[in-house]
Amino acid sequence: MTALLEVRGLVTEVGGVRVVDGVSFEIAPGETYALLGESGCGKSMTALSLMRLLPDGGRVVSGTVELEGTKLLTLPERAMRQMRGGRMAMIFQEPMLALNPVIRVGEQIGEALALHRNLTGGAAREAARGLLDAVGVPDATRRLDSYPFELSGGLRQRVMIAMALAGQPELLIADEPTTALDVTMQAQVLDVLRALRRERRMGMLLITHDLGVVAQNADRVGLMYAGELLEEGTREAFFASPQHPYSRMLFEALPRPGDSGRLATIPGQVPRLDGTFTGCRFAPRCPYAVARCREESPGWQSFGTQRVRCHRAGELPAVDVRAAGERTGAAPPAAPLLQVDGLKVHFPIRRGLLQRTVGYLRAVDDVSLVIEAGRTLALVGESGCGKTTVGKALLHLIEPTAGRIALAGEVVTATGLQRLRRRSQMVFQDPFSSLNPRMRVADILLEGMDALHVGEAGQRRAAVARLLQQVGLPDDAGGRYPHAFSGGQRQRIAIARALAVSPQFVICDEPTSALDVSVQAQILNLLKDLQDELGLAYLFITHNLAVVEYLAHRVAVMYLGRIVESGPAAQVLHAPRHPYTQALVAAVPRVVGTAADTALRLAGDQPSPIDPPPGCHFHPRCPQADARCRETYPEATQVDATHWVRCHIIAGG
Amino acid sequence: MNAQAVVLWTDALVFLLLAVVAGLVWTIRRQEHLRAPWGAVAQRPMAMAAALVLAVFVAIGLLDSLHYRERLPDSSADAPQYSVEVLSVFDALVGELRTQKEKTYSAPLAMQLYAKEFVERDGVTVRDYPRLVHGGAHLADAAARQPDIVRRVAAGLAQGLAASLVAFAALAVWRACRAGVAVSAWLDDWRAGRLGWPARTLTGMVTLLAVLGAVLLQLTDVYHVFGTDKVGQDVLYISLKSIRTGLVIGTLTTLVTLPLAIVFGIVAGYFRGWIDDAIQYVYTVLNSIPGVLLIAAAVLIVQVYVESNPQSFDTAAARADIRLLALCVIMGVTSWTGLARLLRGETLKLRTLDYVEAARAFGVSHARIIGRHVFPNVFHLVLIAIVLDFSGLVLAEAVLSYVGVGVDPTMHSWGNMINGARLELAREPVVWWQLGAAFTFMFALVLAANLFADGVRDAFDPRMGGRR
Repeated sequence: MTALLEVRGLVTEVGGVRVVDGVSFEIAPGETYALLGESGCGKSMTALSLMRLLPDGGRVVSGTVELEGTKLLTLPERAMRQMRGGRMAMIFQEPMLALNPVIRVGEQIGEALALHRNLTGGAAREAARGLLDAVGVPDATRRLDSYPFELSGGLRQRVMIAMALAGQPELLIADEPTTALDVTMQAQVLDVLRALRRERRMGMLLITHDLGVVAQNADRVGLMYAGELLEEGTREAFFASPQHPYSRMLFEALPRPGDSGRLATIPGQVPRLDGTFTGCRFAPRCPYAVARCREESPGWQSFGTQRVRCHRAGELPAVDVRAAGERTGAAPPAAPLLQVDGLKVHFPIRRGLLQRTVGYLRAVDDVSLVIEAGRTLALVGESGCGKTTVGKALLHLIEPTAGRIALAGEVVTATGLQRLRRRSQMVFQDPFSSLNPRMRVADILLEGMDALHVGEAGQRRAAVARLLQQVGLPDDAGGRYPHAFSGGQRQRIAIARALAVSPQFVICDEPTSALDVSVQAQILNLLKDLQDELGLAYLFITHNLAVVEYLAHRVAVMYLGRIVESGPAAQVLHAPRHPYTQALVAAVPRVVGTAADTALRLAGDQPSPIDPPPGCHFHPRCPQADARCRETYPEATQVDATHWVRCHIIAGG
Repeated sequence: MNAQAVVLWTDALVFLLLAVVAGLVWTIRRQEHLRAPWGAVAQRPMAMAAALVLAVFVAIGLLDSLHYRERLPDSSADAPQYSVEVLSVFDALVGELRTQKEKTYSAPLAMQLYAKEFVERDGVTVRDYPRLVHGGAHLADAAARQPDIVRRVAAGLAQGLAASLVAFAALAVWRACRAGVAVSAWLDDWRAGRLGWPARTLTGMVTLLAVLGAVLLQLTDVYHVFGTDKVGQDVLYISLKSIRTGLVIGTLTTLVTLPLAIVFGIVAGYFRGWIDDAIQYVYTVLNSIPGVLLIAAAVLIVQVYVESNPQSFDTAAARADIRLLALCVIMGVTSWTGLARLLRGETLKLRTLDYVEAARAFGVSHARIIGRHVFPNVFHLVLIAIVLDFSGLVLAEAVLSYVGVGVDPTMHSWGNMINGARLELAREPVVWWQLGAAFTFMFALVLAANLFADGVRDAFDPRMGGRR
């Protein structure tokens, strides 16, 4: 079989730094090739080199790229413009930024059609409608006249795909196409991509950091690290017997169902690319490294359908299957630390000249929670369901509209906020925006202690040193600015900041979603250790169900401002009762075992909380909904002592 | 004692500003995140060349801000009386340039007046261009003028080049010794641009300025390089005196602008709600009133005040100075809105960032959040605005003085020069040199300021980060 795309020895420099160093791979027609790697390892730069869309100061130093015999790198720019969008197309991570917000969807697709297929007017409109149909946009005719901001993230990404398909490309480059989407949306978009590839026999280069996405979509996998390809093979072989120590460690760092022990972590972090390398680039982090690894860069070795660049390939011990053990340390339930009853956060919607309130956005509508000391409650749900608002309302960062919050038996009032803030703290999602870039780390840690008068003023410096050590940062970290640290280290600083006032309760708002897999494992382990050591209670807000399983004791599933199911973690995740929870669980791409394509898929998007559907909020998307669901909101139904669901179907038996 | 120091209001503020800048430099040197962009500015040849030109202007302006009054020669030592004329150190340095006056207009480098008069020649009264008192007075006849000018320019060129060569040699030896390398190696590095600072550009710029200075020195001795004005005063002297006015307007106005813009902008963006509404209404209203109207009104009020309280202002200079100060204040009051709006927008963005939320979660007070989290993160915008606004303000002064609501007519300023030249433009042959001189000086200052501002903006703008 002749290759559709052939890349040989690609070397790309951006501003004198070799971001891609000698990458070679092939993609056959109709094949999906996944380029897998942590952030900053050169995946996206590889894709941009293929499209010749490198940022300023970037250039391809050497290597060849052939698309069905056409040498792309030597084409004049004029001809290259015909290739982009015509024979190869690209979709980007952030659909919000890749679509022009002031041009209607139909016109944007029409632009690509006019360029590559000379279609205009009615023919273009018809073709655009056909494309939207093909990518599964419901009500395509009407959507042609929508503006991008009127569409949800999932629909926008589908419009992007439709635009990419407009030129009938032979190769589609998808750069993290689903990273910015919720799991349910991700599942929909990946389904579309899979179906398109089957129908059109397109080659696809899928760039991702998510092993689950790779497991379900790729035919072959290439693993990148620090600008180099380390391992390549068919998906089955790669997942069954990863050869490179790095691939193995990536798998072990992943929280998996039924897993409860400590996660294996990869020490250190991805090296900076501006230095010079001698020997294997992974050697400093590799537990199997020998002297030779540090001196000599390894060449390719083949094992069946796999090839790998490692001196010790083949000598490594066989992959050990991790024992799926029971949760250890399942201490008997302690007294409730945090009790929340009927929490409501309604944002008024004001219109008109006099700013009259015309309605309310019910971000959080009657949420009740209980968290015991030393335990973790995970709050899961799609983005926009109000889970972060719950977290902020608990800290009175957003003033709750109604509800009673009691911390350690003491009801929190607006006047007693000082005491609340000593007892509960928050860790934010994005470690890059949660640390003030203009303050030294020590000052960041001192801020809370100074504001809440924790401890003696003279001893706070010592407390900073202890905190840094507690979260595993070097002693001299206090004197440096946040930009000197990597994402994982910054999240450690953020955790240390929350711990500085010795709280009993910490709200973790998606603390690992901005981090790479190997770093995520380090942070999850740290959170777990801190819980064991200090007896902290966590409210863990996340959309990543794999993480929930690893860390949480109980799970509450939120939909449109209300909790629809709540129960022990293992029970909710393995035997979900509510149709929404079932769909969430099914949408998670699993690494082990391929999910059947027939799995329950949620259609459509989450409705707006300004105008929630009558009856059960979930009924427009629920495959089992009946008349009852359309009329009344279901009451809580106890499945057993600790597990309840709000669903008419369950209640009715 | 032969002189009495005089501290005018603007002098005091200029030196206060100097102290503030010195304090800022000291702070910036200690803060890594502020030092790094300035380091990037120092790497840019164009910005550094512009900075050098600005430095020359600032030096002249500062020298011109040290004022004094001379003791009258006939007053007794124990009861000294001082001249009503306020002079500056700059006046003392330029010496005769100030006092060499002609009768009326004369063209640049001329030796005769620009208007015919009745002069007595060989006992006969004829109507002719009379010889100047100072310009070209050493020459016997008009034919000798051109060779003399050429000779003096050549001499100036040679002196300037020699001086810069000596300075460069000294620099080379000094740097080479400090770096512990041979002078030839240092020169090689200099030629290849490997010194870590834009050495070639700066050397070239210093040479250019030295040559220019030397030529001017050679010529001013015996000529009026830019001619003379209506009352016969040397235009070069007036242009140099105008530098201080331009700088004072450009800098003191920002001193008024900054507190207003920073406080109102950040407070509006941070607190939002009715505070934001109120501040927005204030600056929307202020923006809708034509600036010239407000400025004219304010200047008139000050003028009336000065005239009704003559006892408070003992010299003409003090009166002119208070009007200049009033102009700075009113221009500051009308021009803070742009920066305030920018800061409000940036603060709106910053207040939703997680680190501000985190600080709120600790119960940190609003004042502290603004001081520690918001202000340091908008400071780069303030810096960019200061340097960008400077050139605009210098130009605004010229326009306002031309319209007649600017600085006091007795004060030397480029705007007044243009205003004075306005009517003479209709003359045949035209009197162009006042306008030309004002244009040249303003152009040099504003161009240098703009080039420097470009460098500063590029270095501080995070979006330019990848392209540095």
